[in-house]
Amino acid sequence: MTPPATPVTATLAIRVNGDPRLVAPGTTLAEVVAELSSAPSGIAAAVNETVVPRGAWSATALAADDRIEILTAVQGG
Amino acid sequence: MSDDTLTIAGRSFGSRLIMGTGGAPSLEVLEQALRLSGTELTTVAMRRINPAARGSVLEVLQRNNIAVLPNTAGCFTAGEAVLTARLAREALGTNWVKLEVVADERTLLPDPIELLDAAETLVDDGFVVLPYTNDDPVLARKLEDVGCAAVMPLGSPIGSGLGIRNPHNFQLIVERAQVPVVLDAGAGTASDAALAMELGCAAVMLATAVTRAQHPALMAEAMRHAVEAGRLAHRAGRIPRRFHAEASSPMAGRAELDPEAPAF
Repeated sequence: MTPPATPVTATLAIRVNGDPRLVAPGTTLAEVVAELSSAPSGIAAAVNETVVPRGAWSATALAADDRIEILTAVQGG
Repeated sequence: MSDDTLTIAGRSFGSRLIMGTGGAPSLEVLEQALRLSGTELTTVAMRRINPAARGSVLEVLQRNNIAVLPNTAGCFTAGEAVLTARLAREALGTNWVKLEVVADERTLLPDPIELLDAAETLVDDGFVVLPYTNDDPVLARKLEDVGCAAVMPLGSPIGSGLGIRNPHNFQLIVERAQVPVVLDAGAGTASDAALAMELGCAAVMLATAVTRAQHPALMAEAMRHAVEAGRLAHRAGRIPRRFHAEASSPMAGRAELDPEAPAF
């Protein structure tokens, strides 16, 4: 009997600003945002159409199939 | 005039020109135009962050002491607009929003049903809502009734430069509104902005007319003067239009002259 195969590193498939991404379980919203910008303000993020305040980013662990939108202000209007 | 400020939701502005930032060829051109326009309140859009972007429109606004007014451009439903407004509030730290909910990309005309729905939800959520609306007096009244802080009717479609197509509707909106009425969209040149103010608008909002002019900075300056001139003319009270001439020089006291002499 061989033991059931357990993947060494499971990954989660998520979408960040429309692009498919694979991340490790436990990855937080703060880590995903940090890859795109280090700006201390001017950025907002939503997970599955719900705004997550900046203060909660590091406590927000992402789940499989999460859709993350990370926005900032641009020229417009 | 310093004693004639624009007040929206209890906040006062010395300038009655609200600028947009879309369409400028560069941030440098935009900054020069914003300065010369004298604006104190300017819109931005909310979009996916681009790590490769250089410079920021927010920095331009901050260093020129211009308040930021996020919009919900590109939203077609109340749901999209409400979420975009909430993201803007989180990103920019303002509860002000220029609410845009358009029906289709070809006309960019507001969808009145979705707009009213979004406006009501955002007002209930504590936002100061400035809706981009049709030049419809009934819709303007309903937006005011649900608690919008201003109404911003379009003069003509966004970016068209066709001016105010229905001045009569603007008069009807202004006549009844208890909140500031702001021309939003359609201004193509200075006379359009002046006309809006003469009709009783409290302010003018524009972007394309300046940012896509051949000389944006010059047009920005022209718009500043036009808004000021139109406002003064409105306060001054124009003369009634007449079908026939009315002499301003008195007829009494004229000299009695031989109409044939001296001979030419």
